[in-house]
Amino acid sequence: MAVEALRLDGVTRRFGAVTALHGASLVVAPGEFVTLLGPSGCGKTTLLNLVAGFQTPDEGEIFLGGESVTRVPVWKRDIGMVFQSYALFPHMNVAENVAYGLRARGMPKVEAMGRVAEALRMVRLSGLEDRRPRQLSGGQQQRAALARALVIRPRILLLDEPFSALDRALRGGLQVEVREIQRAAGVATLFVTHDQHEALAMSDRIAVMSGGRIHQVGTPEEVYARPADRFVAGFVGDATVLRGRLRGLMGGTAGIEVGQAVLEADAAPLRGLSQGAPVDAFLRPETLSPGGPALLSGEVRSVVFQGGHVDVHLACAEAAGGRAVARLAPMLASGLAAGSVLELAGPSRCAAFPAEEPA
Amino acid sequence: MSWWLRLLVLLLLAFIAMPALVACIVAFDARSILNFPPQAWSMRWFERAMTYPDFRDGAWNSLLVMISASVIATLLGAGAALALEKLEFRGKRTLEALVMAPLVVPHFVVGLGFLTLFAQSGLPRGLPLLVLCHVVLVLPFVVRSVWISLKSLDGRLEDAALSLGAPPSRVLRQVTLPLLLPGLAGGWLFAAILSFTEFSASLFVSTQRTQTLPVAMYNYVREYADPSIAALSAIWIVTTMLLILAADRWLGLSRVLGTEVPGGR
Repeated sequence: MAVEALRLDGVTRRFGAVTALHGASLVVAPGEFVTLLGPSGCGKTTLLNLVAGFQTPDEGEIFLGGESVTRVPVWKRDIGMVFQSYALFPHMNVAENVAYGLRARGMPKVEAMGRVAEALRMVRLSGLEDRRPRQLSGGQQQRAALARALVIRPRILLLDEPFSALDRALRGGLQVEVREIQRAAGVATLFVTHDQHEALAMSDRIAVMSGGRIHQVGTPEEVYARPADRFVAGFVGDATVLRGRLRGLMGGTAGIEVGQAVLEADAAPLRGLSQGAPVDAFLRPETLSPGGPALLSGEVRSVVFQGGHVDVHLACAEAAGGRAVARLAPMLASGLAAGSVLELAGPSRCAAFPAEEPA
Repeated sequence: MSWWLRLLVLLLLAFIAMPALVACIVAFDARSILNFPPQAWSMRWFERAMTYPDFRDGAWNSLLVMISASVIATLLGAGAALALEKLEFRGKRTLEALVMAPLVVPHFVVGLGFLTLFAQSGLPRGLPLLVLCHVVLVLPFVVRSVWISLKSLDGRLEDAALSLGAPPSRVLRQVTLPLLLPGLAGGWLFAAILSFTEFSASLFVSTQRTQTLPVAMYNYVREYADPSIAALSAIWIVTTMLLILAADRWLGLSRVLGTEVPGGR
């Protein structure tokens, strides 16, 4: 298909004096899973409500399947939405819930029931047709809500923090399952979350938001390894921040001096800085390893065993906030204890941004 | 619980139940004068209460007024509550105040007002006047009951129905109203009970022909002092109790009235 599933063109939304969304533009391709990631109040929920039609933008246009829906009411938009609380109708059983959208479209009951059975099979809820929502577990409720949204074959699937009401232990499995169901249905999806792990695990692309703006749109790898600005670098993944100086720009690469070491970084965020200007280097914990040449060193404060890896927290005067964190293989961390001094070698490449005042 | 606390609760319960109990016991007295405790037992006052024409007509009038007034008040009240909760319009605060006003205006004032109005305009003082009067008196209770249910209704359910392609009228019919049913039923029940037991306003606006049961009872005790009035009270209490038990059973009244004990049931 040539046409995109969703397009936002410079969409702005104000609430009185507060601008909740500043000229957001975004495209979702057919079948693509795009995540809006950001802290609460960043505008991600406003954006979702604008696509759903619960709110109308003050500026900009919204297109679904190439057709402008900016002034189209919710019930004529052909969207499927899964709410944070699932919003299953408590006075209807599972089958009636799932059939609701089909019946609202005037589909005869017999035909609707066929489609409902198919949808329930897809989310593995067959046999629970007659249950009331409150008789289902949290995970089952979520899958019923997903079936209800997908059965109408929507132009876009909207997921509003659907995992936040579930136990952490359940989430991982359900994330994989939701993604498989979405892929099987081939439906373009816009997913809202404040949880970076969910976003990294599930998305084709992530739009990182804060303060009503989209900071960066990219694949999980891009957003993690090449954050576009400080906010993205700090919000997605952990990082140790070291102060350095700009040595020079060459093509797309910048040279950064940090202590005795020289690191490479993406040049784009540093354009316009003069040589020797202070910059902040963001180092991912898994890029730090014991040994030399030492990029940083410090006294071990705590060793946190995480199963597959160990997080070592160091007190480190050079790092922002006085703390550094390294993610090591358990083998390398054996013998480390609080109080011992650890030297860490850095990566050859990192992300760097103009230094933030005060130093 | 210590023994004196139990005793206190027991005394309190006895105090609340005492008038009703006394009336019920007196109803079985064989003598033709209200007296306590009874010396001999009889069912004759029940027969008298059931067959006395003024009581029969009064009960019939009360029933008619109760059904009409409670149904009209429930429809009007539900509409008003929906408008107050969902819409923004000029004069919203005024409507809010107006709807709640009868809570502070005594019943006899409402009755007096209607009586004056109808006497002046020469309109007939029939059952419709009583119905009108009762609607005004019970409306606030219906509005409150429905309003409270509306406030506790999860708005995301209506959003979900909209997102699934249902236009607002369909959402109202298939999601909002069914979920409001307990609130509507509670409001209707309130209205019905209040209307059936209403006395002071009815005294003003009823005539000999349209007098309700409470007014008929009042007129009766002005002339006679036999236990038939007590028998009537006993019938009344038992009927109301059965109705409320049924309502609780089938409609979850305690949930509607907000009297459910947390963690209880």
